[in-house]
Amino acid sequence: MCLGIPGEVIELMAEHEDLAMVSVEGVKRAVNIGLLREDGVLDLAPGDWILIHVGFALSKIDEAEAKASLDFLTGLGDAYTEELEALAASDIT
Amino acid sequence: MKFVDEFRDAGTARVLATKIAALCEPGRHYKFMEVCGGHTHTIYKHGLEDYLPETVSLVHGPGCPVCVIPMGRVDDAIAIAEHDDVILTSFGDMMRVPGGRGSFFDSKAAGADIRMVYSPLDALKVARRNPDKRVVFMAIGFETTAPSTAMTVLRAAADGIENFSIFCNHVTIIPAIKAILDSPDLRLDGFIGPGHVSTVIGCRPYDFISAREGKPLVCAGFEPLDILQSVYQLLLQLGEGRCEVENQYSRVVPWDGNPKALQVIGEVMELRPHFEWRGLGFISQSALQVKAKYATFDAERIFNVPGVRVADPKACQCGEVLKGVLKPWECKVFGTACTPETPIGTCMVSSEGACAAYYNFGRFSRERVKEATHS
Repeated sequence: MCLGIPGEVIELMAEHEDLAMVSVEGVKRAVNIGLLREDGVLDLAPGDWILIHVGFALSKIDEAEAKASLDFLTGLGDAYTEELEALAASDIT
Repeated sequence: MKFVDEFRDAGTARVLATKIAALCEPGRHYKFMEVCGGHTHTIYKHGLEDYLPETVSLVHGPGCPVCVIPMGRVDDAIAIAEHDDVILTSFGDMMRVPGGRGSFFDSKAAGADIRMVYSPLDALKVARRNPDKRVVFMAIGFETTAPSTAMTVLRAAADGIENFSIFCNHVTIIPAIKAILDSPDLRLDGFIGPGHVSTVIGCRPYDFISAREGKPLVCAGFEPLDILQSVYQLLLQLGEGRCEVENQYSRVVPWDGNPKALQVIGEVMELRPHFEWRGLGFISQSALQVKAKYATFDAERIFNVPGVRVADPKACQCGEVLKGVLKPWECKVFGTACTPETPIGTCMVSSEGACAAYYNFGRFSRERVKEATHS
C-alpha cells in the first residue's frame, strides 16, 4: 500500500477534472493529479513523471528518479507485483 | 539509465562502505533508526547491513501503517462491516491483520461484504454503483495516504454521494518519533527520515529532533545507495559535531512538502486527543479524525462503533519490534508460530513490516552465513 509507483503522464484528461492518463510499465491508467495543484495552477504536461500513491499523484519526479524507482520496485518481487495488479484492477474514471 | 546504475552500483556501494567505516570512531557504537518500513524493506532486500561496520546498527522504526493499527480498531471495522447494508472497503494490506475476533478475511468468509480496493477513489466508485448500500472505506496510513482520503471525501461531498463514509485511522509520524525518543529502552544516534511521508510534510517538522533532541536526521530515498549515503551523511554530521536535518532525497522531497496535500488534510481532518498504537499504547495528538464539518462522511459518527480495547497476544512482541528494542528474530514466535501465512502480529503481515521483511529476505542471508561458516 505504501509503495510509490512511478508513471509517465500520457495526457491530461480534459473531460475529467483532476485526472490524467498515465503509463505505468506500459499499462495505461487514470490517476488523480489534484494534489499537484498549487493555488489552482497545475504545472504538469505529457512526458512528466509522477510518483503515484493509492491512485493519486503525490509528487512530480524527474525521469531518472522514475526509472530508478521502477528498477527498485521491480526487484521487490511479490509486493510490487501485487501493487501493480491492484493498480491494473482499479478504474477510477 | 544512468541514474539507475548510479544508485545501484556495487562499486559505489563499496566505496561508500569504506568511507562509512572511516568515519566511525574506534570503540564507538552507532545506532540509527530507519523510521519508514519501505527503508526496512530495502535494507533487508539488499543486505545493506553487510556493507556497514559491526559498530553501526540499523534499528527498525514504527513507520509501517498496517503494523501500528491496534486490534480493537480491526474489531471496530468488522463491527461496521457486519451491518447488513454495509460494504466495507479496504487496502489489501489490511485484510490479514488479526483483530481480537479474527481478520477482515475471516469476517468476509463469515459473510460480511468486505472488498479490497487499490485507492479510496475505488471505494467511492463502489458507493456510486451501490446506492442502496452504505459504503465505508477503512482509511489507514501516515501523511502519505491521508491526503488521498481527504481528496476522496471532498469529491464525495462535491458530488453529493451520501452513502459513502470513511473509518478514519490515519496516524501522524512526528508523535510516533517523539514516543520513540521518550522511550528509556533505546539510545539512538540519529534517524534515517521517511521518504514519502516527507513528500507531503516536508523536512521542517523534523527540526525538533536536531534542535531539541540533539540528533541528526537525513531524509532518504529508497535505493540501496540512498540509504548508504544517508548513513554516511549521519556519521559525517556526528564526526563534525553537527546536528541537522538534511534531505538526501531532494530529487523527490521538496523541503516544504506538498502544500496542497497539507491543505486538504487540514480541510477534512483534525488531530484526535489521543489514539492507541499497536505495541506503543496511547499517544496523544498522534492521529486524525474527521472534522464535524464532514460528519456525514465519518463512519465513527454514523455507526455505533464499540471502541473496544483488545490486548495484544502475550506471545507477540510487535511493540518492542516497532520501537526498535527487539530485532525481529529475537521475538519468541518469529518464524515458528508467527509467519507471513499465519501472522500473530502485524509486523509479519505487511510487506513493510520488519518481521515480514526479515522473514522474506534476512533468513536467506542467515542461511548463507551458516553455509559460509560451515564450509
